Amino acid sequence: MAPAPVIPSPKLAVEYWLLTYRRNWKGSLLTSFLSPILFLAAMGLGLGSLVDAEVGSGRDLGGLDYLDFLAPGLLAGNAMMLAVNESTYPVLGGFKWYRTYVAMAASPLRSRDILLGHFTYMAFRVTLASFVFLGVMAAFGAVSSPLAVLAPICAALCGMAFATPTAAFVATRINADNFSTYTRFVIMPMFLFSGIFYPVSQLPIVLEQIAWLTPVWHGVRMCRALSTGTGVNWELAGHLAYLVALILIGTLLASRTFTRRLYE
Amino acid sequence: MSLIAAWGLTKRFGDFTAVDGIDFEVERGEVFGFLGPNGAGKSSTMRMIGCVSDPSGGALRILGMDPSREGTKIRTRLGVVPQQDNLDEELSVAENLYVYGRYFDLPRSVLRPRIAELLDFVQLTERANDHVEPLSGGMKRRLTIARALISEPEVLLLDEPTTGLDPQARHVVWERLWTLKRRGVTQVLTTHYMDEAEQLCDRLVVMDRGKIVAEGSPRQLIERYSTREVVELRTHDQVTVLTDALRRLGERADGYSGDPLYERAEELPDRVLLYTDHGERVVAHLGEVKPESVLVRRSTLEDVFLHLTGRSLVD
Repeated sequence: MAPAPVIPSPKLAVEYWLLTYRRNWKGSLLTSFLSPILFLAAMGLGLGSLVDAEVGSGRDLGGLDYLDFLAPGLLAGNAMMLAVNESTYPVLGGFKWYRTYVAMAASPLRSRDILLGHFTYMAFRVTLASFVFLGVMAAFGAVSSPLAVLAPICAALCGMAFATPTAAFVATRINADNFSTYTRFVIMPMFLFSGIFYPVSQLPIVLEQIAWLTPVWHGVRMCRALSTGTGVNWELAGHLAYLVALILIGTLLASRTFTRRLYE
Repeated sequence: MSLIAAWGLTKRFGDFTAVDGIDFEVERGEVFGFLGPNGAGKSSTMRMIGCVSDPSGGALRILGMDPSREGTKIRTRLGVVPQQDNLDEELSVAENLYVYGRYFDLPRSVLRPRIAELLDFVQLTERANDHVEPLSGGMKRRLTIARALISEPEVLLLDEPTTGLDPQARHVVWERLWTLKRRGVTQVLTTHYMDEAEQLCDRLVVMDRGKIVAEGSPRQLIERYSTREVVELRTHDQVTVLTDALRRLGERADGYSGDPLYERAEELPDRVLLYTDHGERVVAHLGEVKPESVLVRRSTLEDVFLHLTGRSLVD
């Protein structure tokens, strides 16, 4: 008696991640709330009052209050940070510590189901956290356009533009030795120099041009345009295309490194 | 037709040949074992059978299919108990079974009764809603076995099923595997414990350095490669003291009857093993050979392995 054929799909792998999420959604949601509250209060209100008084609202901030300028930038930056977290230790753990991927690989699931399943879950996490972030922004009065409801989607794309290549890289690692170096010297500089806290035009031209290449700058520009309703134009399509291209490349790379690691 | 068949199956990692051209067949309903020390190539072979590692050479057919082209279809019909537990420690016992069943796209309506049945089978019903993390090693192993059975597989693959368990936990696992065997579940297992191989396997191959060095039932292997009994002579001194005395004894014994006293001797660091069909007769003639202790026992697969490779299974 031959059993009914199983059609493997990423959906079956996503169910696992959602089950684990059900275990700790309260804590993770609380973090999603607290982190923007802290940042917006400290930098938006605290630092912002100084900046607004000093610069006189918006000479270089495109006519925006500092809080309105900063909040959408942090939305994208926060998505990047969360996505990097989700694509480093949990991915190495899937191969090495918890061996979740190894368990899945023994079932009908294929390498691409395992990979896309986890990516889908990461996208879900980042999107959810970004919507929570937007809610906090609104509560702070830092949202001035109805288009802002699209900003969390763009933030999530920005996050996944980091998560997919990061996961591809992590799948080649034996241990977590390089992770803190990566966060400290690759991700953190992007957080600081990609137009979240000030326009990149304030930087020397070389640094400004480097900033244009970082996915987070594109995410920041999109989120800021949508949340403030200023500069909503064809430029956004370019940002979108750039992020989507990075996600596709990251996924292709991850597909290779995951397959090699799982079936070595 | 065999459920699993391999011809010249080879696995290479760079310059290292882990599995070096092995042939074997596994029939429906039997328990088939790969016995060998660590590094013999057992786990690499298991990974190829489990369709998570492509052979570097030779041919492999599982359930009549080619694993490199129909891996997903084959894996649907296999149950895998890996060497290293990979249960989800944060989830409950029952959730581990549920989520694994979902990888096989089994609906909740099928899974619910099956989980209850399997938990009963591995004696974990009371722990159904507990986290996995605090369970004992033996319980985790049993849960992993239950998980492998969630899809009602035609073949169960067990990679070192009792390594790291205490003796009592091992016996519980063995007893469960016995029950599965009686139900007709085909099992393929690897082990470096000769007692496990003797207890569980209908047929086994002995592996050493990537090659199969012998094949048969445990009984056949012992008959072919060992004697009925073994006399173990232990000493605290240099083992050469014993072997010298034995040589003198052997020369004399030959002189008396023309029959050697024993067929063969193996020298280990702390003891000498004498292979014979009549242990007591050897003991009676030991004379000036004075070991610390003498033990007559029946031959085991350990002796087979020692004879075939000149080395012990577990060092």
